[in-house]
Amino acid sequence: MKEVDVNELQQLINSFANKDVYIHLETTNGSYATHYNEQFFNASAFLRNAKIQYEHGKVVGESPHRVGLKMEHGWVYAQGITHYELDEHGRLLMAGLNYEGKLAIALQISETPFSY
Amino acid sequence: MTLEQQRHILVVFPHPDDEAFSSAGLIRLYRNMGVPVTYACLTLGEMGRNLGNPPFATRESLPEIRRKELEEACKAMGIEDLRMMGFRDKTIEFEDNEKMVQLVRNLIDECNPSLIITFLPGYAVHPDHDATGRAVVEAVRRMDRNARPTVYGVGFANNTIAEKGEPDVVIDIMSVKEDKLKALQAHASQTAWMIEENQKRIDEGQPMSDSWFHYEKFYTINVDE
Ligand SMILES: [Zn+2]
Repeated sequence: MKEVDVNELQQLINSFANKDVYIHLETTNGSYATHYNEQFFNASAFLRNAKIQYEHGKVVGESPHRVGLKMEHGWVYAQGITHYELDEHGRLLMAGLNYEGKLAIALQISETPFSY
Repeated sequence: MTLEQQRHILVVFPHPDDEAFSSAGLIRLYRNMGVPVTYACLTLGEMGRNLGNPPFATRESLPEIRRKELEEACKAMGIEDLRMMGFRDKTIEFEDNEKMVQLVRNLIDECNPSLIITFLPGYAVHPDHDATGRAVVEAVRRMDRNARPTVYGVGFANNTIAEKGEPDVVIDIMSVKEDKLKALQAHASQTAWMIEENQKRIDEGQPMSDSWFHYEKFYTINVDE
């Protein structure tokens, strides 16, 4: 993955519009957050291989960026995206890596399901 | 100190690296004695957060990296029977409980272990750890009393010692600490920062505390409790 180039990422997001696509969306603080800081309220969400279609998508802002996908009946968005790549399977992998190199958020789009 | 002889050891943990942190020394000592060890690793740690910045991996490439690391770590520990069970990281507690108990039961039936190493349920911090320990304890609880293997549990929650007391099994692993270091180093995607930190401390004359490379500690689990 490389750091977000807004123009290039925007074109990649456009290329998946109006198609059936599988989404991986994940936010995380890690399972040890409360172990290291008992005051930490640990909340996260994970969704893999939900099939959606979006009519358009946008990458916005300075890094870390926001990415939003507008669907017929709703929205998908992710905040904190710093890196991305189109992988060897043609999947668009976007990630937000914090200053320590730990994943904080992932938004991935693929025309084929992600492995289990 | 002499280790109690074992017939076969079954190690059940959810993540590649759980075994290296908690039990690599014990496993290596028993392998040196010729005791067979089967390691059932439930997931590939797919949800590991450390991808680096700049990144060395993606969410999708991490599992394959960790699979190779796990195989490498098993070489360092002398584990020849590694089973990758194909579950997904962070989902163990949501699996059907009965299915998990059966999975452990099948491993027990096949390996006939005299000792099982897993996590101490309720004191293992990560939900996958606790769920793995629960499945093992339940599978053993259902066995005939006189056929049951001993179960060692790894507990490291902040409240463990306050509530459970000191671990009753303390293994001196000094003689194999280089092997433990190798096992930890094999899990580079998870431990590189730690090894680096340790090297820095050694350079400053303050190596990492004994807790990592001197002793491994376990709670003998009473499955009827
Ligand atoms: Zn673990």
